[in-house]
Amino acid sequence: MKVQTIAEMTATGKSPDVLFWVGCAGSFDDRAQQITKAIARILDHAGVNFAVLGGEESCTGDPAKRAGNEFLFQMQAAQNIAVLNGYGIKRIVTGCPHCFNVLRNEYPELGGDYQVMHHTQFIQELIADGRLRIEGEQPFKGKRITFHDPCYLGRANGEYTAPRAALQQLDAELVEMRRCKKKGLCCGAGGAQMFKDAEPGTAEVNHLRSKEALDTQPKIIATGCPFCNTMMTDGVKHHGAESKVDVKDIAELIADAANLI
Amino acid sequence: MKSSSRGANKHQMALSQYVFFLLLVATASVFTRRILAVRRNILLGRDIDRSDRKGERWANMARVALGQSKMVVRPVSGILHIIVYVGFIVINLEMLEIVIDGMFGTHRVFADLLGGSQGLYGLMIGAFEWLALGVLLACVVFLIRRNVLRIARFHSAEMKPWPKSDANIILVTEIVLMSAFLLMNASDGLMHEEFAFALSSSLQPLLAGFSEAGLHLIERGAWWLHIVGVMAFLIYITYSKHFHILLAFPNTWYARLEPMGQMDNMAAVKKEVDLMMDPNVDPYAAPPEGEQAEAPAAFGARDVQDLTWKQLMEAYSCTECGRCTSVCPASLSGKKLSPRKVMMDTRDRLEEVGKAIGKADKAVSKDGAACANWGGDGKSLLGDYISEEELWACTTCQACVEACPLNIEPMGIILDLRRNLIMEDSKAPDPITSMFNNVENNGAPWAFPAADRGKWADSLDSETN
Repeated sequence: MKVQTIAEMTATGKSPDVLFWVGCAGSFDDRAQQITKAIARILDHAGVNFAVLGGEESCTGDPAKRAGNEFLFQMQAAQNIAVLNGYGIKRIVTGCPHCFNVLRNEYPELGGDYQVMHHTQFIQELIADGRLRIEGEQPFKGKRITFHDPCYLGRANGEYTAPRAALQQLDAELVEMRRCKKKGLCCGAGGAQMFKDAEPGTAEVNHLRSKEALDTQPKIIATGCPFCNTMMTDGVKHHGAESKVDVKDIAELIADAANLI
Repeated sequence: MKSSSRGANKHQMALSQYVFFLLLVATASVFTRRILAVRRNILLGRDIDRSDRKGERWANMARVALGQSKMVVRPVSGILHIIVYVGFIVINLEMLEIVIDGMFGTHRVFADLLGGSQGLYGLMIGAFEWLALGVLLACVVFLIRRNVLRIARFHSAEMKPWPKSDANIILVTEIVLMSAFLLMNASDGLMHEEFAFALSSSLQPLLAGFSEAGLHLIERGAWWLHIVGVMAFLIYITYSKHFHILLAFPNTWYARLEPMGQMDNMAAVKKEVDLMMDPNVDPYAAPPEGEQAEAPAAFGARDVQDLTWKQLMEAYSCTECGRCTSVCPASLSGKKLSPRKVMMDTRDRLEEVGKAIGKADKAVSKDGAACANWGGDGKSLLGDYISEEELWACTTCQACVEACPLNIEPMGIILDLRRNLIMEDSKAPDPITSMFNNVENNGAPWAFPAADRGKWADSLDSETN
């Protein structure tokens, strides 16, 4: 399959229905690239007319804003909005809840008004519309899966059902952690924590959270955020459970179940 | 007839009415002055418009404050709290009668109007009594939770002796007030059969040995203890974490209605960014005619005056329950940050600033000069109260905001303090500075070139579907 950039697509006189906003982690982080590919495969398989920005995409400014650098955030926003509006983008799907939150909530006031969806919402929509079918022998049938709510999808934007509805398709055994949905515990990466060392304390946040996930005795810990994925993967390793428990993004699980990987 | 049975002579009655009236006026004046001082302190904050979407605001207040919807997320403390809350509001209906009785020397002035103890009046007082018992028992359980079971969130670092005593004083006061109410009714019922009510009657054996005069003394004593206690309590709460019983309502009405993840785009920054992005703007041009060149305000918040009035209102609304801290990932992992402490620090600092401004104003007005400008005390919320270490531990996960039964947003204050650190002082941990540089230079928080953004797709190119 060929993932087209919007520049390439525009050059052929076409325009995408959906812009796939990849995000920095999804573009550059080795592990997150696997998630990005899974999302691209799903979009392609479902026949979605999509494109990416490629080199024209730039950080939304989320980590800068949350660290207090509003100037840098708004500079990034202005630059991105100019690009998005320049291409006449209406609809955006992103694999990162942080990008999702910023694009959906903080860009409109700055002149960037788009319909923004998190990839789990879009996947759920594709399934509901019958554009994506999960059939045949199910690789996750009966396996215990627990979903870790990303703060910026769940609490920040109130989306708890779409990722769970997507997981329902897997015919697996979904189990909830003690803290879930509104009460979900952060993985420890948000608010620019991903890019710095933690302050002195008695524990690492991701160790606490992955312990809560492991307490449900899952086969798979499902995530919906590349940063959560990193934090939970490290946490599972810390607890020495990496040989028994996989940490996978919902996009990867769905792509696998639909025989796309 | 009823009133004549309680006073021995008219002179004594007049004296008690006089004392009551004086106490009432004194309470009202002290309370009003304190409310005005708190209002002045809150209005030291920056302006923010929270007057839109009135329908949603009323609904929010009805659900969160009146309906206690977020309290019951934790069922034990939630349900006990509702008993105390309902008890407090309903039993206070009785206060109206007490005030009228106190001022006019009557006794249970509503009894005849509402059909006596066999009618509506008896039904109401009976209900109040059961609620009073509920409140009393709930407060006992609360005392046990705080002092015997020592539930963790009541004993973290910021719970110093004063906040701990504050909670205990409130609980003991409520127990005393409810006991006085029940004792008053029990003794009254023994003296006047027409005032025997369901629950308090069962306390009467306790008072069996007392003479008529003794019972009268107990009844009057309990009556005065109740009303004076309520007056003292009313003043006390304005200095206490218990202020939430009043501020819960405006605080939820003015609460932010946007999605929790949405953080405000600073207008002052937008102006500057617009200027930078607009090639037609001359940044050195004088402001247009009639438009004052604004003094550049500081970015973010260094001290309480830099926060919004809503944030300052939140500081006074916080009742230090610690639900925020008990779910904060930073607090849970033993870091110094505690969202509750952020709110307590903001309130303490605001009280300090408010007092200093009050003093400065008084000193100046004695000389007959105009209103003083307080020159500051060299301290600030950032640094002297809240450290950088605390600020940098926040993951902005919003768990504190979600957990707060009053929709207080400790995270908003943390963000504004971070903004000041970064945009005024350029003070950040080194890795954060590197992240800023990477975003600025490469458009990503890591040092990867933008040209490599699409590389992930290369391996897909060879695949066919």
